[in-house]
Amino acid sequence: MAFATISLSGFGGVLAWSRRAMVEERKWLTPEQFNEAYALCAFLPGGNIINFSVVFGSRIRGLLGAAVALAGLLGPPLILVIVVGAVYAHYGDLPVLRRMLTGVASAAAGLMLATVAKMARPLFRDRAVVGPLIAAVVFGSIGVLHWPLPLVLAVLVPVSIAYSWVRA
Amino acid sequence: MKDSGGTLLTLAGYFAMMSLFAIGGGNSAVPEMHRVAVDVQHWLSERQFGDTFALAQLTPGPNLIIVTLIGYHVAGIVGALVTTVAMCGPTCVLAFFVGRASERFKGAVWHGAVSRGLIPVTLGLTAASATVVATTSDYSWVALGLTLGTALTAYFVRVHPLWAFAVAAVLGASGLI
Repeated sequence: MAFATISLSGFGGVLAWSRRAMVEERKWLTPEQFNEAYALCAFLPGGNIINFSVVFGSRIRGLLGAAVALAGLLGPPLILVIVVGAVYAHYGDLPVLRRMLTGVASAAAGLMLATVAKMARPLFRDRAVVGPLIAAVVFGSIGVLHWPLPLVLAVLVPVSIAYSWVRA
Repeated sequence: MKDSGGTLLTLAGYFAMMSLFAIGGGNSAVPEMHRVAVDVQHWLSERQFGDTFALAQLTPGPNLIIVTLIGYHVAGIVGALVTTVAMCGPTCVLAFFVGRASERFKGAVWHGAVSRGLIPVTLGLTAASATVVATTSDYSWVALGLTLGTALTAYFVRVHPLWAFAVAAVLGASGLI
């Protein structure tokens, strides 16, 4: 499993990259297996790629495989980000750096909005009302009113699932 | 730090709880991280939170690595490790067991209902994350323009995030934002 660590460290947090490494180059998974495992991980709470490394590792080598895959995925960025944090602690007040980071944060917010727009398209099909309404309530309570996440989700997740259950 | 043990426990508790509600990926928990770190515990200022988010985006690796940066800021390297384990531990254990059992409930009716039911929630959370990130830091009209411009571009064309960040960083450095 040692080579898994090396390959996974190049992961980059980008889905397309991991797919290329595991399906096309190393042939550890078929495209169907990849899609099935990824859908499962997007459905579980937590980072999708992080969950993916655990599910993937455990299917190949059980508990040890899961641990190695996770360590391979998280180890290098963990060290890197601590260095980044230390640099920021020293130079975080430089005006140029601050302006650059503000630019990056603004662009990242834009990327998230594009994701929202893409996800919203199927939701508004066939004049659905409840789905968009739930999305709007989640957005308002969390994004605008800054209510606690567990509180809001404890109410809205069951409501949303019950509705899609009844409608199915 | 006299109460460093207490701080570490607080960090671990908040992030372990948060991880289980990060539906649809790490970015869904960004508003909650902001609420805890800025509004409740005052670990970071608004600007520092915005900067931390941007740094996590720029670092290769899962975006969830933002929690490591928050932990580092609060309690150094130990804080970084505690926060990371708290944020990944519970969901990884869950992923391990569900991953093994998933053959059994594949195609079950409730599975589809749960997946579809989570979509609007994820949508609302992602929109909330974008808003929280956009309203931290020194947000100007130009920055708002950059956000909307990036959103439009990424909606119609496939853009690699790093290109968007590079352009944004250059615009920022040049003093436009």
